[in-house]
Amino acid sequence: MFLVDDIRKDFPVFSDLKDGKELVYLDTAASAQKPKCVIDKICEVYTHSYANVHRGTYALADEITKAYEDARQIIADFINAKTSSEIVFTRNATESINLVAASWGVENLKKGDTVLVSEAEHHANLVPWQIVAQKTGAELKIFKIDDNGAFNEEKFDQALTPDVKLVAVTAMSNVLGSVFPIKKITTRAHQIGAKVLIDACQAVVHQKMDVSDIDCDFLAFSGHKLYGPTGIGVLYAKSDILQTMPPYQTGGDMVDTVTYLKTTYAPAPARFEAGTPAAVQAIGLGEAVKYLLQIGFENIKSHEDNLISYFYQKAQKTQGLKIIGTAQDKGGVFAFDFNGIHPQDLAFVLAHENIAIRIGHHCAEPLVKRMGYNSLARASFGLYTSKNDIDAFFKALDKAKRFF
Amino acid sequence: METLESLIENFSFLESWEDKYQYLIDLGEHLEPLPDNLKTDAFKVAGCQSEVWLVPSCENKKFSFKADSDAIMVKGIISILLIIYDQKDLFEIKNIEVQKIFAKLGLEEHLSPSRRNGMLSMVEKIRFYAAQFEKNV
Repeated sequence: MFLVDDIRKDFPVFSDLKDGKELVYLDTAASAQKPKCVIDKICEVYTHSYANVHRGTYALADEITKAYEDARQIIADFINAKTSSEIVFTRNATESINLVAASWGVENLKKGDTVLVSEAEHHANLVPWQIVAQKTGAELKIFKIDDNGAFNEEKFDQALTPDVKLVAVTAMSNVLGSVFPIKKITTRAHQIGAKVLIDACQAVVHQKMDVSDIDCDFLAFSGHKLYGPTGIGVLYAKSDILQTMPPYQTGGDMVDTVTYLKTTYAPAPARFEAGTPAAVQAIGLGEAVKYLLQIGFENIKSHEDNLISYFYQKAQKTQGLKIIGTAQDKGGVFAFDFNGIHPQDLAFVLAHENIAIRIGHHCAEPLVKRMGYNSLARASFGLYTSKNDIDAFFKALDKAKRFF
Repeated sequence: METLESLIENFSFLESWEDKYQYLIDLGEHLEPLPDNLKTDAFKVAGCQSEVWLVPSCENKKFSFKADSDAIMVKGIISILLIIYDQKDLFEIKNIEVQKIFAKLGLEEHLSPSRRNGMLSMVEKIRFYAAQFEKNV
């Protein structure tokens, strides 16, 4: 266990007050606050170790190139990839998935093939497949989830027909918090010869991801949700697949030899990192991962489980509060309806209490509609979330009720 | 219907944000609802966090607007905008400094470009409609 008060001291933002009120940050599922070690690392690299990576022949360039490649190794170890060459740095998970869609998808999918996704996908794991389907003539199929947001094994098995060539699925819904059994999904998909892409954006923050154990073919996540900088994301792909994939973008640093008319490409991951990469951000992400590992994922998980049961306890005593997404296996993400008050109205009041929540369709418009809403409010937890935050949230709901 | 002057006066008596919000809600509750047959995609204002519909009309080169939303505070803001832009011509619509008026009301946060609640989209739509009408006359 860790003391949340100690953790909060690692995050400078919590010492800022707005109109005398402490920040109650319940929007970590959108983006996490940054610990001081990450902020310091970024500052340090820009101040003392900055040059372009992979290009220079002087000490500074060597230093940052080493730090960048070390960060790749940190990420590889973190998700238990076989080698660091299975890690491609991207801008974010959205770009990671687009990369797979545009490169692997366009190369390998054809008419008669199917891409299978769940009802609970973020637009980032839906729209790229719509585009690939249009381009290749492949079909996009959606498998249903339970009304409480839980993964439904039977419905998944029914949808997993022999024409499915790729299963692209979230490990944890950003709206409902439902955790999907990705290892089981991967095993089933592999039995019929389909590849598997995991959108681990939410899940990677809450639980240890082990790609060797899951055996997925692709896994994508963003740095900014993992307490790291913005502008950096990760694509993991199995080496044998990644090495056969055509380039996604072209330019500098991803080539082997170039003549005016013809180019041969560098092996992966360099082949997929055209142009100057977000090296400082990658190094910052490495620092964030080190920070999380130091705290320990068992501790993070048990802290979050405590918060979840505390939230449920408070919710039960709150009349008119309906939690959308009550799967047994759930992370700290609570979409909710409160007495039918419009999320926008609710957000106005909560913002004045310095409480940050997310409202709208959460980049998962079909899912929000499927749950019966046009817009939802969502409170989500991070490792710095305290019971005080949850108390403040419920107090503010009570206040909102008096308005509407 | 309130006038802009009476609104400014009423808001000036309200010191706490709670009182201002309550007044916005009251305004929202009194906003004449838009008939359902006008709540169509064609009249929807994109970029709002709530559903907003805006229907323009023009007589003798003077514009007026009807609007509605599924969020009550947004309806309150809408009723202020409708008062501000009621019976104005294109020139006036172009030149109204709506952010300054909202600042006077103590509601500037709602028209801040950094808040993606879409209130500014509504203003842009009003300007767009007015410009379109003018072109077609």
